[in-house]
Amino acid sequence: MIKNISNLGDAAIYCDFGSEVNKEINQEVINYFKTLTSKNIKGITNLAPSYNKLIVTFDLDVINYKELVEKIINLKPDEISETASKRKKIPICIDEEFALDIERVSKNTNLNIKEVYKHILNKDFYCYMTGFVAGMPFLGDTNKNIRLKRLETPRVKVPKGSVGITEQFCNIYTYESPGGWNIIGNTPVKVFDKNKEENPILIKPGDSVQFYKITKNEFYKIKE
Amino acid sequence: MSIEVIRPGLNTTFQDRGRANLYHLGIPFSGAMDTRNLLITNKLVGNDKNDAVIEFALQGPKLKIKQNNINCVVTGNVNFTFKKNSKIYNGECYKTFDLNNNDEIDIISTNNSMYGYFSISGGFKIEKKWSSYSTHLRSKLGPNKGNKIVENDLLQLNKNVKPIIKKSVDYSNNKIEFIRVIKGTNFDYFSKESQKSFFESQYQVTNLIDRMGMRLDGDKLNNIKSENIKSEGLIKGVIQVPPDGKPIIMLSDHGTIGGYPKIGVIISADYDKIVQLPPMSKIKFKLIDVTSAEKLFKLYSMETKNILDQI
Repeated sequence: MIKNISNLGDAAIYCDFGSEVNKEINQEVINYFKTLTSKNIKGITNLAPSYNKLIVTFDLDVINYKELVEKIINLKPDEISETASKRKKIPICIDEEFALDIERVSKNTNLNIKEVYKHILNKDFYCYMTGFVAGMPFLGDTNKNIRLKRLETPRVKVPKGSVGITEQFCNIYTYESPGGWNIIGNTPVKVFDKNKEENPILIKPGDSVQFYKITKNEFYKIKE
Repeated sequence: MSIEVIRPGLNTTFQDRGRANLYHLGIPFSGAMDTRNLLITNKLVGNDKNDAVIEFALQGPKLKIKQNNINCVVTGNVNFTFKKNSKIYNGECYKTFDLNNNDEIDIISTNNSMYGYFSISGGFKIEKKWSSYSTHLRSKLGPNKGNKIVENDLLQLNKNVKPIIKKSVDYSNNKIEFIRVIKGTNFDYFSKESQKSFFESQYQVTNLIDRMGMRLDGDKLNNIKSENIKSEGLIKGVIQVPPDGKPIIMLSDHGTIGGYPKIGVIISADYDKIVQLPPMSKIKFKLIDVTSAEKLFKLYSMETKNILDQI
């Protein structure tokens, strides 16, 4: 259920499904996203689903905030269909060359480096959403003991393949981009492939992901 | 049928009206930063409004024409010259001119603005990716394999069947006193003093500026609730405030998900203006409501239509 609906600027609608982050709420967001996609409402130009929000942008030349809110409120979302969930295993290298913030993470969590990785490697994470940069999966939830804030000032360039953590989440930078997450490793696999036009993303919302450790040698072998 | 790139300029890309419906994959609209100038450019050279143009930032490209009877135009607030039959002429924006094989055009710089545009009658021979000609550098999408235009590139042209008709229009992107803003979804995260100073003090555009976003400097905005929010969707025009208290405006190539509180959103009618502000520019924000923003957008659309109707 949408708990609150408001405007985000003059050409977007902000649908709030709650403040908690959990699978149930996330499934509702995905459900509304799918229903709106299939309804093809005139004027809608983009849909951005996230943990517990859905942003709908529209063309102000075609429809306005009031008219579209009306349509969204009266929308009957399709029956919740369990997202066909898949298990994905993702190799990561945690060599200091890639784990840019591991010292900071270790210091701020009062855990030694080995203990930090115990909470990351070979654990099941649920994919809530993809975005920020193309194909970047937002995974959760991490153990309470390794939850940290973002960097005070975001990095201007985070290397491609970086695996980052913040709060109860974990992500993979599918491209070099700016970003503020604590980087603890890097994966050599292609998480986003633009050449697969119909299906460019490796990890989809609803999927389950596990990281496993590889050596630097293996990293460069896969990268080739 | 091509144009040779002698000097690419700082950030020269193909752009059109943008790529919709891919936010859920993490792909933003992109598209020409200054939509109105894109539309004017296409109309002046007789192309479709959805055709691609070349966008450049600050310093533009130097190009050598490899074809006779090319009708072209430069728009924006731009200094440029062209060499025709070995004679150099000062260029005039918003006025088409024709060039022949081995003539050159040198787009020297934008004046007190960020973006300018160049196109030719008949358009460029490029392919769409996900229904758009726009280049998105971060995800390497679009023509030219999603890259900037670089030295020695040969830009292929469509068969130019159109007769050359000289066209021009009077237009300049008005200087603005205020950038108008609607309250963001986290406006109440900021202290009363910061809410006030956001609309009363002056902000300066820093050097950290590109097609993704624009970082500002000025009064630090104090967050009294939470410095992070649960990551959620973003749209262009959103003003985010990271923990350092300095606002960042999301622009056309923005990341689609963000976790910093949103203090405001720039109204659609002022978007073409904010993107044109170069580093060191001073900005003042003015608070308005959705209804006024909608009216201002209608005015903006009418104005755009009037300009295009004159061509």
